[in-house]
Amino acid sequence: MEQVWYIELAWMIAKIIAVVIPLLIGVAYLTLAERRVIGFMQLRKGPNVVGPFGLLQPFADALKLMAKETILPAGADKTVFVIAPMLTFVLALVAWAVIPFGEGLVLADVNVGILYLFAISSLGVYGVIMAGWASNSKYAFLGALRSAAQMVSYEVSMGLVIINVLICVGSLNLSLIVEAQRDIWFALPLFPMFAVFFISTLAETNRAPFDLPEGESELVAGYFVEYSSMSFALFFLGEYANMILMSAMTVILFLGGWLPPIDLFPFNLIPGPIWFILKICLVLFVFLWVRATTPRYRYDQLMRLGWKIFLPFSLIYVVLTAGFLVATDRLPALGG
Amino acid sequence: MISSGFFYLFALVTCLSGLMVISSRNPVHSVLFLILAFFNAAGLFILLNAEFLAMLLVVVYVGAVAVLFLFVVMMLDINFSELREGFQKYRPLGLVIGGILIAELIATFFEYSDMSTKLPAQQGVHNTRALGQVIYTDYIYLFQLAGLILLVAMVGAIALTLRRRSGVRRQVISEQNSRTRQETIRLAKVQSGKGAEETGQ
Repeated sequence: MEQVWYIELAWMIAKIIAVVIPLLIGVAYLTLAERRVIGFMQLRKGPNVVGPFGLLQPFADALKLMAKETILPAGADKTVFVIAPMLTFVLALVAWAVIPFGEGLVLADVNVGILYLFAISSLGVYGVIMAGWASNSKYAFLGALRSAAQMVSYEVSMGLVIINVLICVGSLNLSLIVEAQRDIWFALPLFPMFAVFFISTLAETNRAPFDLPEGESELVAGYFVEYSSMSFALFFLGEYANMILMSAMTVILFLGGWLPPIDLFPFNLIPGPIWFILKICLVLFVFLWVRATTPRYRYDQLMRLGWKIFLPFSLIYVVLTAGFLVATDRLPALGG
Repeated sequence: MISSGFFYLFALVTCLSGLMVISSRNPVHSVLFLILAFFNAAGLFILLNAEFLAMLLVVVYVGAVAVLFLFVVMMLDINFSELREGFQKYRPLGLVIGGILIAELIATFFEYSDMSTKLPAQQGVHNTRALGQVIYTDYIYLFQLAGLILLVAMVGAIALTLRRRSGVRRQVISEQNSRTRQETIRLAKVQSGKGAEETGQ
């Protein structure tokens, strides 16, 4: 009995490590991919010197950051200042517990998976706001306030978009959400919601064109100006891990998760996790593409888009989707 | 065994952070401890197999309400030494209220010492569905009433804070969007030594 308990614990930790390590490598290479892709879009080469094709660049960056000095500003609230980056990073990691990578390939197959993801992503704002406040600096504080208002605003429309998908699935379980897309990915019938969701994830992760919290031209770097060395690196890792997480969420809700695009011979030979990762890469590429091509929004435009356009639009769409499903008698059986 | 360990962990942290909410000197720390208390209460819900309520607690209270609360507390510049001056005056009232609450808790504890049986029976239905089946059928009027109260509160908050100041230049988005290139951009060849006006274009 004792033996079994130990093995189970070790197996669980092994599975967690098997998710976290590839995720961190993914984050490292996402930073490289971002610089390379934006470089090519702007007719530059990007970092191509460290290692073949610049492949060792992320590690050089990491070493540089680690070798730097950690600075605690004199006026800072030390405890909160130290906790904030850790919180950001931990929240970006714990959300992966419920992400299904393939059929049955999930750490915790909980009933309320999508709510868990939504809850964790809504907690992300605390890392930002705590960092901004604890730094005791005006730039950081202004950045944090902007970011908090922005993330709270776009969460509302994200929630309504998720409800749209849930009406079509009849379950909050992420694996069941993916299974429900076996016939058709939700990105096609719910295309407007797919667009709203993707734009909301851009705002939620503070990415261009909604990167006002960082707004380097007016706020230096926003909420993490005062951070250096590893505490800065944790914010950086957290932000990119959040990007990957949001892409994974988009893929699960709208692009059929681990399912192949067409259930035919050459496609269904490729295992599910590979499809899942490929789709995440596709969404991430769009993230970078958007950053390279769109100018930053003004703050009032951002708020107007979130509250006056996305919120009513997704609310009306909930009614339309529900009405359509009831009228055509296609309401899904309740899965739980 | 493990779940009772978790229970004591969550319960202890909830109580301690509740205590810290009222005892910490810094108001922002108070709010952060309040958030910690919410979060651990969500953990207690999970131990009761009420995962839907737990997630809702995190999404609504921690993710939205507490953020706005934190927002306000951070922006307000409260002088707490001033606030504390009147503290002694209110102590008797505070003790009375606290005493009543404790008495009620103890009374509840004796009345329902078998709390575990008061939970709805598990009928093989997930609690998301179970809640929905009850809320949207038996309690639909109360549910709608709660929604109506929230709506009134929202309308009231907007009516109290919305004011139209004169002299503020606002953008009309539809006008902005319907502008054409011809009416906004003019290319002029300016002769050197003369301004655009003098050139007469």
